[in-house]
Amino acid sequence: MTRLQFHLVAAAGVLLLVVAPALLSPFSITLLNFIGIYALAVLGLVLLSGIGGMLSFGQAAFVGIAAYATAWLTVKAGYSPWFGLVVGVVLTGLVAAILGAVTLRLGGHFLSLSTIAWGLATYFLFGNVPMLGQYNGISEIPPIAIGGYPLSSSNSIYYLIWAFLIVSLVLSANLLDSREGRAVRALRGGQVMTESLGINPFRVKLITFVIAALLSALSGWLYAHMSRFVSPAPFDVSVGILYLLMAMVGGMATLSGAIVGAAVVTLLKNSIQDWLPVISPGASGQLEVIVFSVLFILLLQRARAGIVPFALRWLPRVQPAAPLAAGALEHRQQPERGQPILSVAGATRRFGGLVAVDNVSFEVKAGEILGLIGPNGAGKTTMFNLITGALPLNQGKIAFLGQDISRRAQRQIARAGIARTFQHVKLRKTMTLLDTVLLGTYGRTHSGFFAGVLRLDRAEEARAEAEAMRQLQRVGLADRAFELAGNLPLGNQRLLEIARALAADPALLMLDEPAAGLRSAEKADLAHLLEALRAEGLSILLVEHDMDFVMGLVDRTVVMDFGAKLCEGTPAVVRSDPRVQEAYLGGVA
Amino acid sequence: MNGEIAAILAMDGIASGAIYVLIGLGLVLIFAVTRVIFVPFGDIAAFTALSLASLETGGRPGTVGLVAVLAVLATAVEAIALARNRAFHRLPRALLFYLVLPLIPAAAVWFAAGTTLSMPLRIVLSLALVLPIAPLLDRIVFRPIADASVLLLLTVAVALHFALSGLGLMFFGPEGVRTKPLTDAVFDVAGLIVNGQMLLILAASIVFCGLLFLYFEFTIQGKALRATAVNRVGARLVGIRPTSTGTIAYLLASLLAGISGVLIAPVTTIFYDSGFLLGLKAFVGAIIGAMVSYPVTALGAVMVGLLESFTSFWLSAYKEVLVFSLLIPVLLWRSLSFAGTEEEEAEE
Repeated sequence: MTRLQFHLVAAAGVLLLVVAPALLSPFSITLLNFIGIYALAVLGLVLLSGIGGMLSFGQAAFVGIAAYATAWLTVKAGYSPWFGLVVGVVLTGLVAAILGAVTLRLGGHFLSLSTIAWGLATYFLFGNVPMLGQYNGISEIPPIAIGGYPLSSSNSIYYLIWAFLIVSLVLSANLLDSREGRAVRALRGGQVMTESLGINPFRVKLITFVIAALLSALSGWLYAHMSRFVSPAPFDVSVGILYLLMAMVGGMATLSGAIVGAAVVTLLKNSIQDWLPVISPGASGQLEVIVFSVLFILLLQRARAGIVPFALRWLPRVQPAAPLAAGALEHRQQPERGQPILSVAGATRRFGGLVAVDNVSFEVKAGEILGLIGPNGAGKTTMFNLITGALPLNQGKIAFLGQDISRRAQRQIARAGIARTFQHVKLRKTMTLLDTVLLGTYGRTHSGFFAGVLRLDRAEEARAEAEAMRQLQRVGLADRAFELAGNLPLGNQRLLEIARALAADPALLMLDEPAAGLRSAEKADLAHLLEALRAEGLSILLVEHDMDFVMGLVDRTVVMDFGAKLCEGTPAVVRSDPRVQEAYLGGVA
Repeated sequence: MNGEIAAILAMDGIASGAIYVLIGLGLVLIFAVTRVIFVPFGDIAAFTALSLASLETGGRPGTVGLVAVLAVLATAVEAIALARNRAFHRLPRALLFYLVLPLIPAAAVWFAAGTTLSMPLRIVLSLALVLPIAPLLDRIVFRPIADASVLLLLTVAVALHFALSGLGLMFFGPEGVRTKPLTDAVFDVAGLIVNGQMLLILAASIVFCGLLFLYFEFTIQGKALRATAVNRVGARLVGIRPTSTGTIAYLLASLLAGISGVLIAPVTTIFYDSGFLLGLKAFVGAIIGAMVSYPVTALGAVMVGLLESFTSFWLSAYKEVLVFSLLIPVLLWRSLSFAGTEEEEAEE
């Protein structure tokens, strides 16, 4: 399916929505209204939990904050619903920013537990504040009016709800296809990788959290003025989990899953309410809860992906937009060949009683390939983590391009011009090769969330794409740019990591066992690539076990054993050093 | 507020804290061994209280039906799993563990209904009745996804709570219950009236914490549980089966929850869904202990009890709001003290 065909299908869908009130019964339109309102909140949840990996049980609380804000302002203070929208959105955003700032540093399940806590606290707050009508709630909320025309019927508010939903959906899709959106998609599965690309994961998480809350706020505002009544019950944690169920049914990781999931669960809820009283008169309320909970558990056990990813397998794939020809991103001026670029002085790192790196000093000169070798457990990877800031030093000093980077955060070191690959490949399996390499350009580009959402970033994005394609070309993966990273064999995944690192335009490239898992022809290609990079003035620090590979390539070698530096020099010198022979081959008795 | 009121509030707080201690320890135990944050754990306590109340009035507790349904389901799940592996020779054992054993106390209660039983017998019967619930739920719900992420297990646990509260309403009805006090003794300590029930709660809490400590330190089974908690794969390598240590953890924890249910039933009115809040407050304590430390969990649970008791004096309407809001600074403190030690999460 071409892009044009895809846009035609989408336009036909919107047209169907426009004519729906003429074709469907008022009751069906009411159902569609509920679907739209739920889908808005679920859309936020998909962004937050499905894509960003922060599982929240408390989204209903944000829906409630906006709903109560607008209810109180319009009923008790007599303001217009539109003022209620502004206050509801601002208030929800503020509460989310504060809650997020406090809780988002928490790992996985602790974060989710905290969402239960503030979800419940908010519910009890609604139920106990006299000003908010306690458990009776606030009734007689006025309808929203546009140009003096009140949207009091379900057919009229229908258009407003679905316009909000479709605009939100398009803007969210824009976001995910932008610089910051890629960072959101990379959040899942650990922070070391995102930090190594110069991304501040906490900031990205916080903004995602606020965006999700704002989508809930829109949902809450529409809900308050559609049902014209608010009480604590629809904002309880049990509704939060209903939202999760919707997201899960539709497909946690797909934006359109929000609408599909909200529709399926709402229709199911409706039909259950029809036939449960027939089966068990008088007990339908609790049966509904049981049916939904059991359904949810079964889904979690057996079909975690949801409907949309399943359906997409049977539908034609939309052709990806080919990267536009565009000018290049700015390149750094590499330091003069032979200058010291990185100097490590007396680096020491202890883990309890074990000294993993013991008073190690060496230098990397601009434009050289330095090999860091040593037997297993010599402390090479720890040294790597000390330089990149993934681990703090206990003692010593590391300077890069004349600046002390010993105390800097990982992402600041990355931004200063050190790019790395990982011994255990860290890729996001569901991102395409192109997107993966685009992540590498994060530190060189500047478009923020707003620019991404409103598509003001296209010129920069085109240049970043051109750069990413160039790096993919270099490692020989350009023809597979739109495949998923997880589908590559391990050797190619290592090459992809190198392309991602190169896309950051580093002064120093640090490779942790890049040849592991490569076939011999691929190793030769990699060696050629590294030689070409050196010729361009890039400095490379290489940890590698394959001695033929290292010795044929590097200018100098540093040998480590048991955490300490054994010796350093050209391959020929190191090879003939008796201490090195002893470390590798055992004592020459 | 004068000293006397403060003392009464403190006593009250420590007593309800002691109940949260028992539930909190159970939560930590289950989490450590199975990685499941067992959200419906408070429900076990509430179901014990409801069963006890029902036996007291000579009724037939709804638990009988609940256990029967779960036992049949668990047996079916186990039988299907065995049939898939063609391990039919293990079928009799499965029937014994998942059908016969759980149904023995249920049958006993079924036939005893209507007759007047002595208080200790009622308590023992209620405990025996409730004990199989958590292990059966484990078999039905958690074991098929035992290797999933903590987050997924948590989501399942939350959904399970809502299923259980629906079942609770079905089997127990909407009425709240309160059982007869376990003791009528009243003591006068330095001018303060201390009732026996409170002392009993405290004593029971201390005794069972002590027993748990002895069990972990001095029995091979307790050590196996600790080993599974530290490293599941490692435990398997030395011949410990994580599924059976899991079952033991659920049984032990259920015993703790059951006892807390028996203790709380005479002091608070318990409804079919009271367990959720009970469990979550114990949770706040468990999180203070970072879900790993038993002593800190106990301390945290007592703190929650105290906070609740004092806020109910000053701001009774906002009691729950404050207790759950407390979790946020606690989590913040936890996250600061754990900064940098976070393990890389596996990508799903």
